[in-house]
Amino acid sequence: MVAETTSVEKLKRSIDRRRYMDRIFYILFLLSTLVSTAALIIIFATLGLESFGFFAHVSIVEFLTSTKWTVLFAEKHFGVLPLLNATILTSLIAIAVAAPLGVMIALFLSEYASANTRSVVKPLVETLAGIPTVVYGYFALYFVTPNLLKPLWEGLQLHNALAVGLMIGVLIIPIVASISDDAMAAVPADLRLAAYAVGSRKSDVALRVVLPAALSGVSASIILAFARAMGETMIAAIAGGFRSILTFNIGESMQTMTAYIAQVATGDAPHGTIEYQSLFAVGLFLLVITAVLNYIGIRVVRRWAIKY
Amino acid sequence: MGHQVLTGAERRHARLRKFIDRVLPIILSVAVFIAVATVASLLLTVIITGGHRLSWNLILNYPSANPEEAGMRSAILGSIFTVGLSALICVPLSIATAIYLVEYSRGGRLSSLLRYNIANLAGVPSVVFGVVALGFLAYWLGMGRTVITGAFTLAILTLPLVTVTCVEALKAVPDDLRLGAYALGATTLQVVRRISLPRALPMMLTGGILGISRALGEAAPILVVSGILFIREDPTSLFSKFTVMPLQLYNWISRPQPAFIELSSAGIIILLLILLALNGVAIALRQYLMRRIGQTWR
Repeated sequence: MVAETTSVEKLKRSIDRRRYMDRIFYILFLLSTLVSTAALIIIFATLGLESFGFFAHVSIVEFLTSTKWTVLFAEKHFGVLPLLNATILTSLIAIAVAAPLGVMIALFLSEYASANTRSVVKPLVETLAGIPTVVYGYFALYFVTPNLLKPLWEGLQLHNALAVGLMIGVLIIPIVASISDDAMAAVPADLRLAAYAVGSRKSDVALRVVLPAALSGVSASIILAFARAMGETMIAAIAGGFRSILTFNIGESMQTMTAYIAQVATGDAPHGTIEYQSLFAVGLFLLVITAVLNYIGIRVVRRWAIKY
Repeated sequence: MGHQVLTGAERRHARLRKFIDRVLPIILSVAVFIAVATVASLLLTVIITGGHRLSWNLILNYPSANPEEAGMRSAILGSIFTVGLSALICVPLSIATAIYLVEYSRGGRLSSLLRYNIANLAGVPSVVFGVVALGFLAYWLGMGRTVITGAFTLAILTLPLVTVTCVEALKAVPDDLRLGAYALGATTLQVVRRISLPRALPMMLTGGILGISRALGEAAPILVVSGILFIREDPTSLFSKFTVMPLQLYNWISRPQPAFIELSSAGIIILLLILLALNGVAIALRQYLMRRIGQTWR
């Protein structure tokens, strides 16, 4: 009898210990998961607090409406519009490249490529996103501008928004292609078969059935890619130059928000000065815009995901 | 079928549709070709410009105003320090996060909020991570513009990417195995240790290496954190000033002299070779571990 009780107690203790370990690790894993959330809070708090210092000196109205950004000069103007304009122009050029190419690649992969072709082409396209962005910057400055664009456009400057936009476009092709590809894969086979049953050609199925059915996923991919393009830094810093002037001529040098951050970071902006604080104001502005775009993009993806 | 009577317009329309049907695959493959050709011409340009400048000096020497002697020793060491350390922070965190999300969470409101935040973190522009690290880690916490600050920046930057791969790795483990273990009275921790984690580990490691190669190529956040493009000193501790390979390249690219352009091309070749090797290792490691673990269910 006595021996039996001890063995039962032993078993109980062992089970208790296991439950106890399980709880401890549960808490550890939960804490690790909370790191991402904590990071997001820190990001917004840091940018917000430092921007607070910036906006104590600069009115928000001037920040959003003045057309001069001369924070690094003696006579300071704090209008973010030139930077915003450069960011939007380069991102629009990027989307003009990436949206058609990305969607075409997605259509090719989902409707035409065999499993073998797919297994070769997909990773090949993905490598575009794996190449370091300094390399794209180099390519824009020393290959695309002098060899491809200069012969076509006499007045093109050495640093220009066009080459920046083109290279960012190449960089974000995989974003458009892979999200669109997923959306097209989610189109039920029934729709394709029904279209074939009423005598559609393959191109009709691709363009008139699959593409419209996947349209929300495709548009989400474009929104997300646009947000990524706005945040791209090194290509803009290398090939776009540091000239913060409000212009719509994409053949000229112009400084994006990200390139401004890069310029200040490498220059002399001691902690606590207005130049230093401007990093956070521009960073916050950029983050808010991209966050809104990402929010819209993720919402659109979600809606499409439950549709079928 | 029988004969149909078609008007001229209808016939032209039918011909057009038939034509489109023929050329569409060709047009679509042109898009693929453009993407591939861009990579190819990029590689060719770099090799033609910088191939002859490859030498051991490039790896062993410190940066110099004389392009003939300049190397990127300090930047390579800086990259190894920062990226290595960031992987040590990021990979365990990602695995733990994935275990929570896949094995422990019951899919309630908290876990969907946590998932959503990971997606949001992935959408933050990389340069913003640098700005925040500069303000929060370097100045507020007083860590300075040092290796450890850079490592934390890269760790948080790559966290969403690696986490997503780890989540997928765990999801790929069949539920039958888990349910079998639970039926025998295993705790969740035991299921994780004995069932899910060993089977998911190869894919998780691949994800980790993916994160490392992303971190290696990342220039913008480190540019803001370190503020230094080149330095003639090796990093010796966690609190050393440092630079990384992409920043050294950025410095060389920004100098207009042809000798420096050649030098930057050669440096790019080295960086790309390292990334290529990493990806090769990822694939090989994955296959090796898969075989060793004997994943017959796949």
